Amino acid sequence: MKKNIEIRWHGRGGQGAKTAALLLADVAFSTGMHVQGFPEYGPERMGAPITAYNRIGHEPIRVHSNIYNPDFVVVVDETLLHSVDVTKGLSEDGAIVINTTKEKEEILPLLNGYKGGVYIIDARKVSMATLGKYFPNSPMLASIVKVSKIMDEEVFLTQMEESYKHKFAKKPEVIEGNMNALKMALSEVR
Amino acid sequence: MSIRERMSGNEAVAYAIKQINPDVMPAFPITPSTEIPQMVSTFIANGEIDTEFIPVESEHSSMSATMGASAAGARALTATSSCGLAYMWELLYVAASDRLPLVLALVNRALTGPININCDHSDSMGARDAGWIQIYAENNQEAYDNFIQSFRISEHPDVMLPFMACQDGFITSHAVENIELIETDKVKAFVGDYNPENYLLNAEMPMAVGPYATSPFYMETKMNQRLAMKNAKKVILDVAAEFEKISGRKYGFFEEYKLDDAEVAIVIMGSAAGTTKDAIDALRAKGIKAGLLKIRVFRPFPGEEIAEALKNVKAVAILDRAESFSACGGPVGSEVKAAMFDAGVNVKAVNYFYGIGGRDYTVESATSVFEDLMKIADGSMEPENFKYVGLRK
Repeated sequence: MKKNIEIRWHGRGGQGAKTAALLLADVAFSTGMHVQGFPEYGPERMGAPITAYNRIGHEPIRVHSNIYNPDFVVVVDETLLHSVDVTKGLSEDGAIVINTTKEKEEILPLLNGYKGGVYIIDARKVSMATLGKYFPNSPMLASIVKVSKIMDEEVFLTQMEESYKHKFAKKPEVIEGNMNALKMALSEVR
Repeated sequence: MSIRERMSGNEAVAYAIKQINPDVMPAFPITPSTEIPQMVSTFIANGEIDTEFIPVESEHSSMSATMGASAAGARALTATSSCGLAYMWELLYVAASDRLPLVLALVNRALTGPININCDHSDSMGARDAGWIQIYAENNQEAYDNFIQSFRISEHPDVMLPFMACQDGFITSHAVENIELIETDKVKAFVGDYNPENYLLNAEMPMAVGPYATSPFYMETKMNQRLAMKNAKKVILDVAAEFEKISGRKYGFFEEYKLDDAEVAIVIMGSAAGTTKDAIDALRAKGIKAGLLKIRVFRPFPGEEIAEALKNVKAVAILDRAESFSACGGPVGSEVKAAMFDAGVNVKAVNYFYGIGGRDYTVESATSVFEDLMKIADGSMEPENFKYVGLRK
């Protein structure tokens, strides 16, 4: 019996997969849950594959190890599909969310026969449309919240707005764009 | 009312420092402890605290400056990891023999050779004989709680010893988790003001710090350090009892988890203890009587108490996150076994090495150790002197 939802993030150094994992921990915390958000550290450099993790649940979390059998996987950079076994250990009752410009049919052969849920989102399109720059964090965060149903979408948006107001207190002009990125991603992920 | 927050272990220690507002913090950055001085210097730059921050050029200097400040009569601290601690080496012994009540936030990381930035306890275990109090944390909460208790223990007139507050590098230092913070006014009241009896800047009573000790005096100095370490046992428990009143959280020399009726037990320190607890709950659900003894206080070593707590188990595994290259086992294993021998506790014991250089320790790792112990307990397996957890074949 698993008490917590476990999520594994795959990205490349500098893309913000770690930041996204910490943001997810943050927003889940603000809804009253117990959270863990942590990166796997090594000799990191810009562009190298990196992994980050979340445990989220309603009981205190005691385990301090990496996650080998996640419920969900988020892939921030689709080029990783060729070099990293992103579905390794992934629960077939769970799902994978991939940032890609491709169609699902093109992605499926790269997932080693994974039989669980497969969701795609074009985070670049969402980010460019709402922020005018490529920041995949907010779209990927909204996507995993939608796919994992870890919290109510309205609650998620309300909490994120609070969090952005705090985080961007000195540049409030970017709050609306980020909120739009979240909302657009919630409707775009499929 | 406590404050519900989420932060990493490094943030938690930096927050405790902010609440305590010590007088002086010299520091030199090293992964994974760098965030602590970084955050504290931000608090200072923002005018939130008035600690004197001294940027220095090395850890030899950060420890020297911390000692100088402490000897002058200031409440002083620093932070480091791994090779940073190694570079402080000669001064660790001086701080202890000079009886300076300073605090070091140690974020445990493997010593180089080969180079590695991840967690193990080789840095602090190497310093175990330097005369410092050493307390280890399982998670960000304990890192915070231990730090708040540190100065009270260290500055107690019966103790006056430097204090190493240890937490696991990256595993807790960089993991964001829930935490209950204590209001700053309560923390300040608990820690209190520091009014040393003797200090260098006291013009009324001139003194020397760190003089040469000839053979007729050196041994007595060491005996007095040992007495102070023995005194620290009572002070650690007294401070913990007072801390419980403001926090509701209970601390002792070690934590026993389902150890009362346990037939097989793991002895471990740091973040791996929580992972072991989850393994124990799963085994208990299958009717296996597994338990845990998590060492919190390693210096002074609570040998008699540990032996007493383990006397009824059928087999025990002591897990070390550091080598000692005695070729007979690791530091925690050797001391626990010696304590059991002294107390006449004849329990089958195996010493394991785990998590060296950041090797992941999982619920399955803990379960595999308990499976060995079950076989040793029923006599179907001979206990080996030492083994490895998670070693690649």
